[in-house]
Amino acid sequence: MRLNADEIAMLAGHAGPARQWAINHQMRVGRYLGAADFVPVSQAHIMADTESLGVAGVEWLERLAALPDNARCVRIPTITDPRGTDFAAAARLKQQDWMLALERRAITAFQSLGVLMTDTCINYQTIMPAVRGEHMAYGDTGVVIYANSVLGARSNFEGGPSALAAGLTGRTPRYGYHLPEKRRATLLLRIEFTPRELHDWGALGGIIGRYASDYWQVPALVGIDRIPTSDEMKHFGAALASYGSVALFHMVGITPEAERLADIADPSLTPTATITEPDLRTFQDAYRRRVDKVDVVVFSTPQLSLLELRDLAGMLDGRRTTVPLLVVTSPQVKPDADRLGITARIEATGAMVLSGMCFYQSYAREMAEANDWQSLATNSAKLVNILGGYGYRPALLSMQACVDAACAGRISA
Amino acid sequence: MTEFQAAAAMGKRVQGRALVAKDGFSARYDLDRINGVFSRPEHKLAGQSYVGQILVLDAAKGGVATAWMLHEMSARGVMPAALVLNSINPIMVQGAALADFTMMSGFQVDITAVVPNGALVEVDPESDPPCLRILPLRSTPPNPDTHHG
Repeated sequence: MRLNADEIAMLAGHAGPARQWAINHQMRVGRYLGAADFVPVSQAHIMADTESLGVAGVEWLERLAALPDNARCVRIPTITDPRGTDFAAAARLKQQDWMLALERRAITAFQSLGVLMTDTCINYQTIMPAVRGEHMAYGDTGVVIYANSVLGARSNFEGGPSALAAGLTGRTPRYGYHLPEKRRATLLLRIEFTPRELHDWGALGGIIGRYASDYWQVPALVGIDRIPTSDEMKHFGAALASYGSVALFHMVGITPEAERLADIADPSLTPTATITEPDLRTFQDAYRRRVDKVDVVVFSTPQLSLLELRDLAGMLDGRRTTVPLLVVTSPQVKPDADRLGITARIEATGAMVLSGMCFYQSYAREMAEANDWQSLATNSAKLVNILGGYGYRPALLSMQACVDAACAGRISA
Repeated sequence: MTEFQAAAAMGKRVQGRALVAKDGFSARYDLDRINGVFSRPEHKLAGQSYVGQILVLDAAKGGVATAWMLHEMSARGVMPAALVLNSINPIMVQGAALADFTMMSGFQVDITAVVPNGALVEVDPESDPPCLRILPLRSTPPNPDTHHG
């Protein structure tokens, strides 16, 4: 890789051991993935829940945090993905003391590194959306795919160590979606049914994710007949990234780089498949038929926007839940929901509104064992895709059907 | 001895038994990392132990957590010996770099179709180009954790 003088100095250790580790790490990654040089980035976003970090990861962070001030602090705004708990609700979730202690250690270490503990996976709705063409080092697949596709920003998936490295060096290896030629469509899908509800958008993302098959595929969709909302794009992108490991999509006539199909696709690209409403129902039914009685209902993954919380409150008004209903949002949205009375309306039904965590990043396996949760209902396709591996039987339902399930304790026929 | 050249690799040379499937890999989505088994019911290796095995799979899947999880799995010693994929994503590379883990990807053929499940293989990131070798079967399996070089 070509290095400039600043990068050579970091590599030589002149900017301290943290930045030396960081640039070394980035060069190993960059060489593997064919980067010719680095590109400056204006923000980094770190996924680092302690279930992923483990004790070893927290100790590793603490070693960096023990360095002198000028050697350890990030150079660019660096923010965090959801944490592994909402401390105010941990006892009700039956999370264990050691989990909370590990979370506190990780938070202390990140703060020492100058990281802003935003604890959100919807920073594109709440913190500072990226600008078209802006290079980022984002670390949450849902954040990356939204920023690349809906906003026209440029980021690869940056796992926690690499996002932290980008924060420390202010740059990232220039490969993948930082390069214009990698952003062209490789897969064309014709959509005959524009989804109506969030779980339909998630199902569409899941189906296309299965077609896409790997990170380097860029699906382009034709046929979406209206402009999706930010929440719809959020659920679609999160599911597409989850099922397919995809980091960029185009919706022709909608997303910023794809005003026309010719802008992002070669003329030789022909549709791989046509996706219809029955395809979405088949996708959803495959999960639905495994579940009758539900143990817990979860709205999370991604964290809910203020408008999702408002819709949910409207569906819950005057009702009473009979099984745990967990509603997860960001620390930026929660105060507004409190101020506007939305939190109180939701919690009056027996539900819990949680802040700064994400269900699957919060020791989901241990919570299942402690609470005897097996069957779960959600409107998040991404969550459904993840939780099978954690021992749950998840069902993908509409928001309204999830509310009904939380009140009845089972899924309506 | 049959040899397959790869586009890219990192880590140390390692020998072991191949655990092969035409399926993806994500530490978060697919594994019970406490017990060292594939846990996602739909995965073709569901229920099988990955500890000490050379995983030969199709594509990197899922989210960003694997970048930390490989490091965490390595610290506890509940870890595959190496990961061989047709197609990687950056997360696997970032995780392997942090964990000093052996990984190889990018073949002229579908690597899951040409490596028999249970074969004794050598993953050699240090050769130029990096390559995977199918070794002659021995009467007793080698220690899958044996590192060379």
